[in-house]
Amino acid sequence: MAIKSKKKSIKQAINTENATDHDDYISLLFGSEGIVAPFLCIAVFGLLVRLAVSLHSYSGAGNPPKFGDYEAQRHWMEITTNLPAKEWYRNSTSNDLAYWGLDYPPLTAYQSYVHGLLLRYFDPDSVALFTSRGYESYLGKLLMRWTVLSSDALIFFPAVLYFVLAYYGSRPSGRKSDVIWHIALILINPCLILIDHGHFQYNCISLGFTLAAIAAILSRKDLVASVFFSLALNHKQMSAYFAPAFFSYLLGNCLWQKNPVLEVLKLGFVVIGTFALIWWPYLHSTDGVLGVLSRLAPFERGLYEDYVANFWCTTSVIIKWKRLFTTQWLKLLSLGLTILSCLPSMIQQIMAPSSKVHEKSILLPLLPATLLASELPCLFYVLMHYALFSMFPLLCRDNLIVPYFALHALFILLYLAPCGRRLLRPHFSAVDIAPLSLTTLLYLCSIVLHIVYFTSHPPKKYPFLFEAMIMSLCFSHFVFLALYTNTKQWMLSKQLTSRDKEKKLS
Amino acid sequence: MEDQKPQFQNQSSISQLLWFFGIAATFKILLIPSYHSTDFEVHRHWLALTHSLPLSQWYLDETSPWTLDYPPFFAYFEYFLSFFARFVDPQIVHIHEGLNYKSNAVIYFQRVSVILSDLSLLYGVYRLTRNLEPRKKVLLWVLVVWSPGLVIVDNMHFQYNGFLLGLQLLSISYLQEGRDLMGGFFFAVLLCFKHLFAVAAPVFFVYLLRHYCWKGLVKGFGRLSAMGAVVVAVFAASYGPFSYHGQIQQVLARLFPFGRGLCHAYWAPNFWVFYIILDKGLTFLLRKLGLEIKAPATSFTGGLVGDSSHFIILPEITPSTTFVMVLLSLSPCLIRAWKNPRPGSVCRWIAYAYTCGFLFGWHVHEKASLHFIIPLAIVAAQNSEDARHYFLLSIASEILGDNSFIRLMMRDVTFFYAASCYSLFPLLYEAQEYPIKALLLILHSVLMWYGFSAQFTPAEKSGEELKSKGGSGSVVQKRGFHIGWAGKSYLFGLLLIEIWGQILHPLLLGDKLPFLPLLLVSLYCAMQMMYSWIWQLRWIMMST
Repeated sequence: MAIKSKKKSIKQAINTENATDHDDYISLLFGSEGIVAPFLCIAVFGLLVRLAVSLHSYSGAGNPPKFGDYEAQRHWMEITTNLPAKEWYRNSTSNDLAYWGLDYPPLTAYQSYVHGLLLRYFDPDSVALFTSRGYESYLGKLLMRWTVLSSDALIFFPAVLYFVLAYYGSRPSGRKSDVIWHIALILINPCLILIDHGHFQYNCISLGFTLAAIAAILSRKDLVASVFFSLALNHKQMSAYFAPAFFSYLLGNCLWQKNPVLEVLKLGFVVIGTFALIWWPYLHSTDGVLGVLSRLAPFERGLYEDYVANFWCTTSVIIKWKRLFTTQWLKLLSLGLTILSCLPSMIQQIMAPSSKVHEKSILLPLLPATLLASELPCLFYVLMHYALFSMFPLLCRDNLIVPYFALHALFILLYLAPCGRRLLRPHFSAVDIAPLSLTTLLYLCSIVLHIVYFTSHPPKKYPFLFEAMIMSLCFSHFVFLALYTNTKQWMLSKQLTSRDKEKKLS
Repeated sequence: MEDQKPQFQNQSSISQLLWFFGIAATFKILLIPSYHSTDFEVHRHWLALTHSLPLSQWYLDETSPWTLDYPPFFAYFEYFLSFFARFVDPQIVHIHEGLNYKSNAVIYFQRVSVILSDLSLLYGVYRLTRNLEPRKKVLLWVLVVWSPGLVIVDNMHFQYNGFLLGLQLLSISYLQEGRDLMGGFFFAVLLCFKHLFAVAAPVFFVYLLRHYCWKGLVKGFGRLSAMGAVVVAVFAASYGPFSYHGQIQQVLARLFPFGRGLCHAYWAPNFWVFYIILDKGLTFLLRKLGLEIKAPATSFTGGLVGDSSHFIILPEITPSTTFVMVLLSLSPCLIRAWKNPRPGSVCRWIAYAYTCGFLFGWHVHEKASLHFIIPLAIVAAQNSEDARHYFLLSIASEILGDNSFIRLMMRDVTFFYAASCYSLFPLLYEAQEYPIKALLLILHSVLMWYGFSAQFTPAEKSGEELKSKGGSGSVVQKRGFHIGWAGKSYLFGLLLIEIWGQILHPLLLGDKLPFLPLLLVSLYCAMQMMYSWIWQLRWIMMST
């Protein structure tokens, strides 16, 4: 594929006449409309893809006694709609925490409550206390799917629009089709769609808030950003992975102001206020707060509930740890990737120790578009490929192989979209040979592993051999890419600072 | 160098067209688990039938109610597919054990066969658009390759329309290039795949006779015999084996089941809706006036498919009446084609012929609207007036396709009712697919709107720039593409009817009058169809 498009790009470079008119499909279709019209189309298409994926199976479908994430979410709706807020995180006769106990922060609980009300209105059986365990029906599935879809459409999509407006609004240069290509890749992110609308989770909410926080930072509204990020943290503790970046940036920004103490106080007040509002039902006693906190920290869970051991009792100890590692890691991945697609500098901040991070590096998007565009698409593609690949075993278990391949293909197609091709051209011509050949080799390996995993059974001695292979391949890639981005970003930020100096001088 | 350049452009346009197709195909793959109508079982049974019975039995078999009623080429096509089907899962092609077989294997096999057979549509579109300017090209690809009507009917409902329409486009593309013999050949092949396309046969006949054969006595006769030989050869290849077994009568009886009613299912959205309503209205009026009128046993509102209906006051409609009506409505177009056989107008004439067939035909199915929507898309890229016409028509016809989908499900449900009383089901059976269909329509409308706007704005802009140079600084920028207040109010009405049918009707009336929403949609869309017919007729008459 890469070679093909390389050839094509050379050919097109030769045949530059009329290239601008020929390539720019966006302007052919949309004329001189702004970003909003194409955004609308892509958003509708994104919704369509999500709806189509939601026709397929979900995790743990028809698989008693524990089912899967779908049942967990449904159970939370059952608990939140039937019990008072104080009981949600507490083990009691009516709330058996060993069975998918609530272990996400309160905002998730509120979201479950709202969605639970919706389910109760249309299908009361699906959230009845006790009797609804393992409830599966056509209408129930449909309603559950629609709750994810509506949260996606109401939180993630506007956040993307906000991000794009903030990101591209500040600089006039940049081709419109590049912007639209970018929007398409963010909105039709296969990992996110597969996990949320196939496997069944609500990542779109916390990711949407994080994205909105980034957009707010880009438009220099630090207080708004801190509110959004607090919301994201309160929806999913996994968002804490972004916390170092946000924290260091926001703090650093305050310190650079004229009146640092006041700025920090303002920020602290906003963050604490948001937290207090969300944690209100549990703030009456320290026990309440600690009770919730102990639910959120996963290592305590194993201590007194034996929840994990129950779940994996059939597998050996080694496998258990491996599995634990992978599923958690997957969630992290799906989170990390989406952000990465929007803001590459993020990963540097996550990977690098927070104290060292130059607070200006979050302003990296302000760099000329060509720098980002020439460096990142290919990287982004490789990363997405392995992120998807690492989900492959999980999705196989969920019977989501067909959407997996379809979305993978869709992603490749979007990546190679006629209007985005110009972005890829400089990269292919100016890449080092050694990393490229290594990546190609590993890429081929991953394709072979797909086929092997799909067609043959592993030896009985090592039932999870292929999973382990897939994970190690992916993991090595992530380490490699993390190192690569780190060095690249450091170089970029050096360039940035030197450029700043030049500006100041001139 | 000059030779190479267009070739290079062709190559790049192939890869770009493939990109459009790929996006559509991935989406279609995702749609595999969606609801499929009885047509799925129909085609599955045809696979089994052609595979396990000898050719002489194909049109005689009555194992399932879904007997083979497509022309022989389609049967051969199913026969071809059945080899792969047997490879996938032998039970698919088993004539008795395969009945109502619904495993994943058969669903994936049949769905994928539809997606792959759409390659024919892709090639047809490619041939038709390869010499157009890029702007039109992209617009046409969006309109045809991403046509929501095709997705709904083929990839959800289940049929092979994309494949057949590909052949139709192929034939049109040859005609537009002036290669009449190939055009005629592909149309003959198409006729042997699905006989419903025969509505356009008079147009083809007249056009080919005048444009291809009318070249002096000797040359003309030579060409006539060449064309005749091609057509006869195609038909011989298709019907020959059955004629050898002496089954032509039987095949024709299967192909043209005139025992079925005037309107398919309940209310076909064509001219006959108005006829039926006139009949009902007159009956009502005369009863009010005190006349005694006997009501017939069956009526349109309650009847199942297959019941021949009885009019109370107006004269009965027979197949021959509809035949004459179609020919009559076609005649202005035929005269035009004879007087001035221009290759550029062929597409428009063919679309018009299908419109006539749709409006006045016997036992018309709503899905037939696809036959004229796709050729009209090609016409629509030509000027803004056509574009406006197409914009409204395609929305109406997609709702119709959708409607037919619902109707077929209703039919299934009615069967279902007879077996068990499952009261919740009718309200829910399409809830899963409905948002997809609605969003497809919205996406298509938005894309059409912006596509047409971008297409037709520049010319007018330059005109306005001239104007503004003249001094009037406050010239309001007017779009080249606008649908006017009538179009807007029509769309608004459509929206209201859709809201009524989907939300208000079930809420207010519940299970009562279940066919009222469908009736409303049919009636409303029939108005659009009539308007479109008159509009096309006027265009054909005005063009020189």
